Amino acid sequence: MCTVCGCGAGETRIEGDEHTHVHEHDHEHGGARHSHAHEHVHRHEHPHDHEHGHHDHPHYGHEQGHAHDHSHGHEHEHHHGHEHGHGHEHGHSHSHGQDHGHHGDLHFGTGAARAHAPGLSQSRMVQIEQNILSKNNQYAAANRKLFAERAIFALNLVSSPGSGKTTLLTRTINLLKGKFGVAVLEGDQQTSLDADRIRATGAAAIQINTGKGCHLDAHMVGHAVERLNPAEGSLLLIENVGNLVCPAAFDLGEAHKIAILSVTEGEDKPLKYPDMFAAADVMLLNKVDLLPYLDFKVPLAIEYVRRINPNIKVILTSAVSGEGMQEWLDWLEAGLKSARTQQQNEVGALKRQIAELQAALAEQAR
Amino acid sequence: MHEMSLAEGIVQLVEDAARAEGGSKVKAVWLEVGQLSGTETEAIRFCFDVVARDTMLDGARLEIVETAGQGWCLGCGQSVALEQRYAPCPQCGGYQVEPTGGLETRVKEFLLE
Repeated sequence: MCTVCGCGAGETRIEGDEHTHVHEHDHEHGGARHSHAHEHVHRHEHPHDHEHGHHDHPHYGHEQGHAHDHSHGHEHEHHHGHEHGHGHEHGHSHSHGQDHGHHGDLHFGTGAARAHAPGLSQSRMVQIEQNILSKNNQYAAANRKLFAERAIFALNLVSSPGSGKTTLLTRTINLLKGKFGVAVLEGDQQTSLDADRIRATGAAAIQINTGKGCHLDAHMVGHAVERLNPAEGSLLLIENVGNLVCPAAFDLGEAHKIAILSVTEGEDKPLKYPDMFAAADVMLLNKVDLLPYLDFKVPLAIEYVRRINPNIKVILTSAVSGEGMQEWLDWLEAGLKSARTQQQNEVGALKRQIAELQAALAEQAR
Repeated sequence: MHEMSLAEGIVQLVEDAARAEGGSKVKAVWLEVGQLSGTETEAIRFCFDVVARDTMLDGARLEIVETAGQGWCLGCGQSVALEQRYAPCPQCGGYQVEPTGGLETRVKEFLLE
């Protein structure tokens, strides 16, 4: 449950996904590759009584200067048959498409998970110094890598419910038709209504239902992308759950977060929900065709959002009148082109590396 | 923000590390909560007990160490104490303050039985 909005987690469903087990977020992809925790674990033996409080521990404020490297090379790829090692006591592991639903292999809660080696049974401090969002960030990094390899320009669209995201998306897709491939991930608590609307435009779309969850996380997106399989060089639009709070904290691996604020909402929303507007690179001020009927002050809204995020790009749009759509499309096109250029540069660099290695090998062989 | 997911993150991180250490029961966890991290410590405590149930962390004590918020004010050209994100600089009142410290919530260490 999210204590902000009262919603819960653990009922995630990705459209078309056969397996019905609850997706926990603690899947370990690729087994050993992810069990890097031991690399930056500092062990402190505790021969003395461990009933006393922490501040009595002589090792508090360790002096090791633990400058351990936290840049994990997360190589896992979502389209490989990965093993899911669930961390809780329902710790079943399964390979995708094979043996889902094995429960109760391990029970960490009630007994020893593995035999205790002599000397390891004493209490000891283990230092890990890890950001608690690091799991999500690992998945996000893997998504980002995949997007870069395939020159996919991924955008995470965030807003309140009812800001006109889906209408804006359908209009955008129709205008981009024939120019770029577009794929869409739709996040909602329930129903596939939005994905149905997107599919009606002819674009590929997958609905992710978060159940009681109030945001998409990088792990859900990784699985959905695997299923959606967007074409190389295409635009991937991820429509997050309508919620201005929680999605701000969860990186999905996108190139940019796009916040959509509609003029029916009030100018002060960026001040009320600053995290989201701080995390976004672009704000679409939407439904501007309604401005004549409202007391909404556009300059004030822009002033407020710039107070939170001085660098944010603001585009005034209306999916109904078409105002601002060209500017938005131009921005999208520039992003798509830069994703392709980056991919080509990387491919070029790799080719050069290979040529150098081949030359070195030929040299050796001589 | 989002303390249940965060509590689940804590339990996962600690269980992974504890398992790598060959342990089976965690007695206490030390958490560092940044003042600007957007994490409510009371909500974390509440969620932690619920999420930790039936895991290696069942019944573990949660110790929370708060770290102060800090920012760099472009106007003043110096580091200032920042109690809230997006708050004006306490010295000059300007809003051009880049948060620099107290941004993260991290598991610092834990006590393995």
